[in-house]
Amino acid sequence: MLRIENLHANVADKPILKGLSLAINAGEIHAIMGPNGAGKSTLSYVLGGRPGYEVTEGSVDFDGQDLLDMDPHERAAAGLFLGFQYPVEIPGVSNVQFLRESLNAQRKARGEEPLSGGDFLKVAREKAGLLKMDMDMLKRPVNVGFSGGEKKRNEMVQMGILDPKLAILDETDSGLDIDALRTVGDGINSIMRRPDKAVLLITHYQRLLDYVQPDFVHVLAAGRIVKSGGPELARELEAHGYAEVMA
Amino acid sequence: MSAASVPTRHEEAWRYSDMEALTRLWPLPAPESIVVPAGGDFKRAIIQDEGAIRQIDMSVGKGATASLHILNIGGAYGRIELNVTLHEGADFALGAAQIGGGEQNLEIVTTVTHAEPGATSRQVVRSVLGGTATGTYLGKVAVARDAQQTDSEQDVKAMLLDRSATANAKPELEIFADDVKCAHGCAIGELDAMALYYLQSRGLPPSEAKKLMLQAFVAGVFEGAEDAEALQALALAKLGELV
Repeated sequence: MLRIENLHANVADKPILKGLSLAINAGEIHAIMGPNGAGKSTLSYVLGGRPGYEVTEGSVDFDGQDLLDMDPHERAAAGLFLGFQYPVEIPGVSNVQFLRESLNAQRKARGEEPLSGGDFLKVAREKAGLLKMDMDMLKRPVNVGFSGGEKKRNEMVQMGILDPKLAILDETDSGLDIDALRTVGDGINSIMRRPDKAVLLITHYQRLLDYVQPDFVHVLAAGRIVKSGGPELARELEAHGYAEVMA
Repeated sequence: MSAASVPTRHEEAWRYSDMEALTRLWPLPAPESIVVPAGGDFKRAIIQDEGAIRQIDMSVGKGATASLHILNIGGAYGRIELNVTLHEGADFALGAAQIGGGEQNLEIVTTVTHAEPGATSRQVVRSVLGGTATGTYLGKVAVARDAQQTDSEQDVKAMLLDRSATANAKPELEIFADDVKCAHGCAIGELDAMALYYLQSRGLPPSEAKKLMLQAFVAGVFEGAEDAEALQALALAKLGELV
C-alpha cells in the first residue's frame, strides 16, 4: 500500500530524513518509535504534504500513485489520513460543517455522489459514539477550547468519518489519560484494523501499543530506520531505552 | 459635507480615498437623513455592490435602538460614511464587512457622537482584501462633556489574502466626559498557514479551505440583521471570487 524508498527531506534547509525506507502492506499496523529529534514528525508531515517540508531524494508510492506529486487534499482523497500531534484550533468553523465539506470534497474527487446532511450526521453520530465524544462537541468550532485529550479523540472521530485506507497517527497517544488512551486505542482498532487498511503509528511510548498491537515495530534514529522487528521490539525499547537497543 | 470644493487627501476622512472617483462623483448629493424617534427601534441592511459613495446622518433618540448592517463589496470605489448622534440611553450597533479584490478601494468612515449620558455603541468591522485592493475603516467615537456612562466599543479586523493588498484601520476616541467605557481593538493579519494546511489535509481543496476560514472570519458581523442569511450568502459569493 505504501512504499517509501530512500527518502531524504529537509526542513528549513536542514536535512532531517536521510535515506528512510519502509514498506507497509494492506492489513498491517506498523509502529515507528524513536528518540526526540529522530525525524518522526517530519516523516508524518512529509507524507501529509505539509508546505515547507522539502523532499530532496527518494520516492513514496501510495497504491500505485506517486504520493509526493500530490497536493495535501489530493492525498486525502486518495485515502491518506494524518492524525496531528497538535490538532489545530480553527475559531468560527464548525467541526460538522468542516467534516461534511471535506468528506464531500473527497467523494467528488473520487467521482462519488455527495453525502446528504442526514446521512452524514448518521455517520458522524456513530463515529462520535465510538470515541465517546458528545455530538455537541462535534458541532462546536474545530478544536476550540478542547482539552488535549478531546483534540486527540476528535482526530479519531474525523478518521472514522473520512474512512481512509492509510492512517498516519503522529503521537496520537500524547496528552491522553489512561481511560482516553483505551478509548482511542479501541477506536483505532475498530476503524482501521481491516484487511484493506493500514496504520502507521508514530509514538514515544509502549503504552498505546498495549491497546493497538502492531505487526511491525521500527526504530527511527537520525533520519533513518535503524532497526525493525515484531511487537517484542517495542517492549525491549521500553525496558532498556533506545541507546542500548540500537547499540 | 456640503463644502463647495472636492476634499483632498489632507483631510483625514479622505486620506485613503480614490480621489479620481470622488472628483467624478462630486458634488455629492445631500446625505440621507435618518431620525430614530425616542424609544424607537430601527434596523437597516445596506448592500453596496456597484461602486458608490453613501453618506448617512443618523440621530438616535432617547432610549431608542438602531442597528445597521453593511456589506461593502462592489465597484472600483465604494464608500459608506456614517455620522451618528446618540441621545440619552440610546443604543447603536454597526456590523460591517467589506470584501474586495482587484484594484477595489472600499471604505467605511464613521463618526459616532455620544451627545448625552448612558448611550451605548458597538461597531464590528471585518475586511477581507486581495489583489491590490485597499480597505479602510476610519472610526471616531466622540463623547460629549455630559455624556457620562457612555459605553462604546470598536472591534476592527482585516484579513489580507495577498501581500499586495492594503488595510487601513483607525479607531479614534475623543472623550470629554470622565465616567466612560470606550474599548477599541484592531488587528490586521493573514490566514493562518497551519489551519489552512489542517483543513486541506482532510480533503478540502485550497480555495475551499480559504473560503471556509474567511466565512468564519466575517460570519459574526451579520448577527441580528434582518436578512442575515441573504447577507451571508452574498458575502460568501464575493469571498468565492477572491480565493
